[in-house]
Amino acid sequence: MSNETLLSNLDPEVLERLRCSRREAIAKAAKAGLGAAVLTSLPVGLALSAREAYGQGTPAQVLAVLNFALTLEYLEAEFYTRGLAAASLIPADRRSIFQTISDHETAHVALLRGAITGAGGTPVAKPNFDFSAGNGGVAYNATTATGNGPYATVFTNYQTFLAVSQAFEDTGVRAYKGQATVLKKTPTLTIALQIHSVEARHAAIIRRLRNEKGWITSNTTTVPGAAGVYAGEENTTQGGVNLSAALTYATGAQLTESFDEPLTDVQVLAIVDPFIV
Amino acid sequence: MRFLSSLQADPEEGTRLNRRGFLGFGGTALAATALVASGCDSSDDNNSDVRLDFSNDFGVLNYAYALEQLEAAFYAQVIATPFAGIAANETAILSDLAAHERIHRDFLAAALGTNAIPGLTPNFTAINFGSRTSVLTTAKTFEDLGVSAYNGAGRYLSLDAYITVAGKIVSVEARHAAVIRDLLEPNTNAFARLGELAAFGAVAANGLDGALAPDKVLAQASGFIREKITARNF
Repeated sequence: MSNETLLSNLDPEVLERLRCSRREAIAKAAKAGLGAAVLTSLPVGLALSAREAYGQGTPAQVLAVLNFALTLEYLEAEFYTRGLAAASLIPADRRSIFQTISDHETAHVALLRGAITGAGGTPVAKPNFDFSAGNGGVAYNATTATGNGPYATVFTNYQTFLAVSQAFEDTGVRAYKGQATVLKKTPTLTIALQIHSVEARHAAIIRRLRNEKGWITSNTTTVPGAAGVYAGEENTTQGGVNLSAALTYATGAQLTESFDEPLTDVQVLAIVDPFIV
Repeated sequence: MRFLSSLQADPEEGTRLNRRGFLGFGGTALAATALVASGCDSSDDNNSDVRLDFSNDFGVLNYAYALEQLEAAFYAQVIATPFAGIAANETAILSDLAAHERIHRDFLAAALGTNAIPGLTPNFTAINFGSRTSVLTTAKTFEDLGVSAYNGAGRYLSLDAYITVAGKIVSVEARHAAVIRDLLEPNTNAFARLGELAAFGAVAANGLDGALAPDKVLAQASGFIREKITARNF
């Protein structure tokens, strides 16, 4: 499906009316207490999350969600492109897995950019990334897109690469989920869900490559420094139903595995911030 | 509230097979009460046992409930009668899936309360539970179809809480799909080979997973459920 086709699926009213003001976004983000350093390197709209309980997102909010998603897809797309290009990183018999994931993330970038442009917005520019999670500190090397952060070996050590990959994919799943209500009752929601479940497929296979279950058990993780990625996954109350009490046959592990929890945009921002220069 | 579902008196009610089995181990016995409680009138029914109204969130949730009933019953049978030569890791994975789908089913039943459709009756005659290939291929179909169903139905939900909880479930189904696909074709790109999922609405060139309208999903599921389920207002 071309972007043309995608856009034809979007609500024409949304297409016409969507506009996004970077100035407005920054003003609102500033009110939310986000630092100026973040604002210079992250897209508009990250703090535009105020939503009424029953409210459908405004056109500006919808556009902000698309740009938010685009930034995450930039992160993932460049990560896999670099991983596949790195010598002696990915074992030969695993390359098709990562090539497929890479193809998807690159396609998501193109899709979202087209959707944002078609909706009258401006796609955010791709940030420079520091995949060591060093926040672009003094040791940052733009050529390798790494620094001396905790994942400094991300493109030289396969296990580090896998760990970061898992964190990105599980974060992506949670990030899309957290924005779903903004897209309520729109065809854009369907597209976002179609991306969301692909990210979940990616997450599952990466977890299996790390000898983890494909699903998330509570809020514990073997990925170092990734507590924020799994915060809240211990939840066992869904839709107002206390499942620990209602489904006594189920273990807590089973209950938490059965539901993936969302992350707010602010939570996602905190997770990805160290990866952005 | 409009009709959330409609249950027509089934002339074969007395001869249904394995109804208890489908409801599963301590599952929700809702059958008789749901008909009355949801205000159903079998007289407006056109050969459907269950009608799902997608203009109402309960119709969408009941759609999910129907599919989760199917999956839960399937995996319960898989665990009860493991296929020949099942490996330890396969038992572990399939046991997790059985638990997850049972939890999804019973969560939806609890959330729907008296608005829930009745327990459905599976038709697994096409599945050879003794065969690894038959079981895993069926599991793949159910998981991919489930993902497409949730993805296609999300836009009909109105209440934020339901949108979120549907999102919480669908990504778990996608994880299942990936892992089952990897069992069938280990260490390949099968886990997310979107080109295979065009019939489910996937668009490989855009990296999009499946998304299907309810009627398309129900058409594919109908062979596995004895009751006739129809959807409207989507």
